[in-house]
Amino acid sequence: MIEVKNVEKSFGDSKVLKGISTIFETGKTNLIIGQSGSGKTVLLKSLLGIHTPEKGTISFDGRIYSNLTDDQKRALRTEIGMVFQGSALFDSMTVEENVGFPLKMFTTKTAAEVKERVDFVIHRVNLDNAHHKKPSELSGGMQKRVAIARAIVNNPKYLFCDEPNSGLDPKTAIIIDNLIHEITVEYNITTVINTHDMNSVMEIGEKIIFLKQGILAWEGTKKDIFKTDNEAITDFVYSSNLFKKIRKAQNKED
Amino acid sequence: MLKEVFNKPTKWSVMRQLIFKEIDDLIIDSLGIVCFISFFVGGVVSIQTALNLTNPLIPKYLIGFATRQSVILEFAPTFISIIMAGKMGSFITSSIGTMRVTEQIDALEVMGVNSLNYLVFPKLIALLLYPFVIGISMFLGILGGWMAAVYGGFASSNDFITGIQQEFIPFHIAYAFIKTFVFALLLATIPSFHGYYMKGGALEVGKASTVSFVWTAVTIILSNYILTQLLLT
Repeated sequence: MIEVKNVEKSFGDSKVLKGISTIFETGKTNLIIGQSGSGKTVLLKSLLGIHTPEKGTISFDGRIYSNLTDDQKRALRTEIGMVFQGSALFDSMTVEENVGFPLKMFTTKTAAEVKERVDFVIHRVNLDNAHHKKPSELSGGMQKRVAIARAIVNNPKYLFCDEPNSGLDPKTAIIIDNLIHEITVEYNITTVINTHDMNSVMEIGEKIIFLKQGILAWEGTKKDIFKTDNEAITDFVYSSNLFKKIRKAQNKED
Repeated sequence: MLKEVFNKPTKWSVMRQLIFKEIDDLIIDSLGIVCFISFFVGGVVSIQTALNLTNPLIPKYLIGFATRQSVILEFAPTFISIIMAGKMGSFITSSIGTMRVTEQIDALEVMGVNSLNYLVFPKLIALLLYPFVIGISMFLGILGGWMAAVYGGFASSNDFITGIQQEFIPFHIAYAFIKTFVFALLLATIPSFHGYYMKGGALEVGKASTVSFVWTAVTIILSNYILTQLLLT
């Protein structure tokens, strides 16, 4: 569980996060949604320790990040898996080397043990024939799978994804969403996904927080979205005609 | 930046592989162009010296002497380093800069890797072998000069070899390698700095490579002047 308490972050005179408080639950896919510039990425980077909030605390299962020593922070980071928006795979390495990288860096596993674990994870993300390919030889969807494999190879407790299906076609995006969700449940990971893709919200949004101009404007589940009267979230979600129709249909069913 | 490069070292088994890779990318891959340039520029120095010795009273062995002095004191250590600022330097800046743009450096940091140590330290170690490249450049520069002088009919082989041995000061070799060592440090750090701290996209990677080349060349020239003043006067 990740607990965020009253987090504030500014860049110069501009206050980007204005007292965010929420809990990201273990074993669930927690989504941060909001318009561009709403503070989603800053919140995600604050959770990752890339940005240091001026006020408030972020605690990982009771460990308050700002109170940790450098060594403890480094140890905590080995419990984190991250899927970057552009996958951020190491160009000079093959798929197998990319996935095995955290194990080689942070564990004392033998080469055979690393190989076994890498094979298992690559199989888990359905990339069995891509072991020796370089990232440049892979499609966007395959690169995302490799990034997910690399993020989970060291059994992380926390998984962060920054717009994991941006640039993907709708079908591949759903496959990636479902893969992240399955892995979250299977390994009981606290997963936090930063997205503005409403398909993701409807597919895997077990807990959703909506940011608007740095304020947590709404939180709930994907089912709550259909019922809420919160103007901020309805404006954002139903800006598309398709979702307006879905909402009407959903409300009629209820 | 340098303090962080030596902080929180990367696991040795991983670092060893990185060092070998950097030796291959930076040192081995540079040998071809260094050999080619050194051989032919050595030849040109020899021919130009010969063509300027119009007075019959000036001994022919001066061609060998001038070639040796030019190649060992300046051409091999300084001008090859400036060429390497273009080749190695732009490679270092663009490869690290691309990693910055594509969030690969962020990925390393998020994993808990000291990215500066991971990326820059192996380059520094690999460039400790840079004086060998300059040694090869010196040898081939003089060989090129000898071939141009002898086969061009400007001097006999004996004259040229006598010139090479004439008034040889061993400290000049030490001076050349001290300079080379300093240039190696500049070649590893300045381009790494420009790549690591760059901001923007693909266009900025190109700009960072250009800026890094300019600064590396400028610092090489300035440190060459300072070292020469300190060591030879």
